[in-house]
Amino acid sequence: MKGSMVEISDDVAGSSSFRRKRFRISRDRISALATLAPSIILLGIFVYGFIVWTVYVSFTNWNSFIPNFSFAGLKNYLFVFETFRFQSDLRNIVVFTILFIIACIVIGLFLAMLIDQKIKAESLFRSIFIFPMAVSFVVTGVIWSWILNPQTGVNLILKAMGFKHLPSWFLSTTIIPNITVGQIQLGIPLALLAVLIAAVWEMSGFAMAVYLAGLRGISDDIKEAARIDGAGSWRIFWSIILPQLKATTTTVVIILTAASLKIFGLIYAMTGPGQEFVTDMPSMDMFQTTFQGNEFAQGAAISVVLLIIMAAFIVPYLISTLKQGEDE
Amino acid sequence: MQMRLTFRQLSRALLYILLILLAMLYLVPIYVVVITSLKDNAAISLSQMWNLPLKPSFSSIVSAWDQLGPNFGNSIELAIPATIISSLIGSLNGYALSKWKFKGSSVIFFIILFGMFIPYQSVLIPLLRVLDAMGLYNTILGLIMVHSIYGIPITTLIFKNYYSAIPNEIIESGAIDGVGYWGIFRHIILPLSIPGFVVTGIWQFTQVWNNFLFAVSLTNPPNQPVTVALVNIAGSQTVQWNVQMASALLASLPTLIVYIFLGKYFVRGLLAGSVKG
Repeated sequence: MKGSMVEISDDVAGSSSFRRKRFRISRDRISALATLAPSIILLGIFVYGFIVWTVYVSFTNWNSFIPNFSFAGLKNYLFVFETFRFQSDLRNIVVFTILFIIACIVIGLFLAMLIDQKIKAESLFRSIFIFPMAVSFVVTGVIWSWILNPQTGVNLILKAMGFKHLPSWFLSTTIIPNITVGQIQLGIPLALLAVLIAAVWEMSGFAMAVYLAGLRGISDDIKEAARIDGAGSWRIFWSIILPQLKATTTTVVIILTAASLKIFGLIYAMTGPGQEFVTDMPSMDMFQTTFQGNEFAQGAAISVVLLIIMAAFIVPYLISTLKQGEDE
Repeated sequence: MQMRLTFRQLSRALLYILLILLAMLYLVPIYVVVITSLKDNAAISLSQMWNLPLKPSFSSIVSAWDQLGPNFGNSIELAIPATIISSLIGSLNGYALSKWKFKGSSVIFFIILFGMFIPYQSVLIPLLRVLDAMGLYNTILGLIMVHSIYGIPITTLIFKNYYSAIPNEIIESGAIDGVGYWGIFRHIILPLSIPGFVVTGIWQFTQVWNNFLFAVSLTNPPNQPVTVALVNIAGSQTVQWNVQMASALLASLPTLIVYIFLGKYFVRGLLAGSVKG
């Protein structure tokens, strides 16, 4: 019976060996499969089928209003990679994802450690740091483009503080440092920092919440033992707390990477592609190429590249967490 | 001893000052949105952006509502059914995956879960064509369907985690009583599911309400949800900042209210979303 789809596992059926019960439980397992079938079929079509469909479109000549499914080989991919816009996208998404993750982790962990000090009104502080997540990225974009408006907003405060050179935030086209490779400048587009501030405001609470859960999972005994051995706060942090938070950090990095690669509403509402594509992202590029430019095959190619980048991070992570879950 | 105590007190005070400062920093956008929304056109001079409104006025909020009201209705019409449908499917799936594990169930779980992470751009072109063929393009019904389907991974995940915490002995006792798969679900699992439904409900409502990509790709003006209408308002040059901020406030009010009253469940969904097998 072992290994068959309808075997009885001890955790459900106990050690009972009545034939009738065994038969009924087998039927129950078929019911379980039947329960899952509609979802599997729907996701089979809407996720996996559509991905295959998109990959197929990316190899066609469908680059006008009229569908054209003739085979184009790698033409669309080669074309897309050669465009200045997509090269900027790749620079932006790499720069943005790295800065976004570092900022969220540093701020999130810092907030979690502050909150973990057995403070009063803990739930109030927690709520304040997480509430931006309840707000749409689009709303965040609209609000922060007002706060970071170069003519007013934060710049008014900076001006009052005596700053002479006020940042032009998302209107900036400066890229630092100025190293040109091929068509594009490598470096950090300053305009992206404005988007980054808004994104970190929205998502750092997520990092805080996950880290707080992680911190609460570390037993006080270990910290206490270290303290008795004469370890200072910093020593305890570096040698005990941080290593224990490794799995938590992996989770945070993966989820934030996924969020960052997908980022769309914020860009759309705040800056759009930006001048010289300084704030453009593959998601934005795909949307405009496909639905405003009617270059369906090129849009499909962009989204396939985005999907491959995402899958490279997510698939290994999902497999490892699911395996862990089984072992427990 | 006295010295140590004051040092401790000092560091506690510093801790609270730091926390309060940071909390205020996080609340800056709320302050800006609220004060700007309460200013009328005359008072909205750029140099006074940070000042409190001298004579608070609801005219911006009224004019934001005039423009946003119908889209607000669309979002409600969309978010509530989509939340209920995807939560129900998630509950059934979670039950099957947590209590009736069979060979290959973890593979099925993986297949379901992966859908949560894909960039939706990679399904958008076929999605548009299929909805069009079904006559559901540019309809709220079409969006309900889309959100119900793409919501399945997260609701399944949340319910699977939730049901895993229910002891198997309860299922066993049901099995001994001879009620079977559906009987156990109906009489044992479902009555215990309310907290699970609250978590998925809050989480899905927020996600569907806040969604932008599907809304902007699959609907046109009169049928657009509130997020798209907000961007349209913000994108037009003629609209004043106070109306934009009032629109942003209106567009985020439902999820903020839900968060204020049921934030605990929102956070639970958020933590469940960070995947545990």
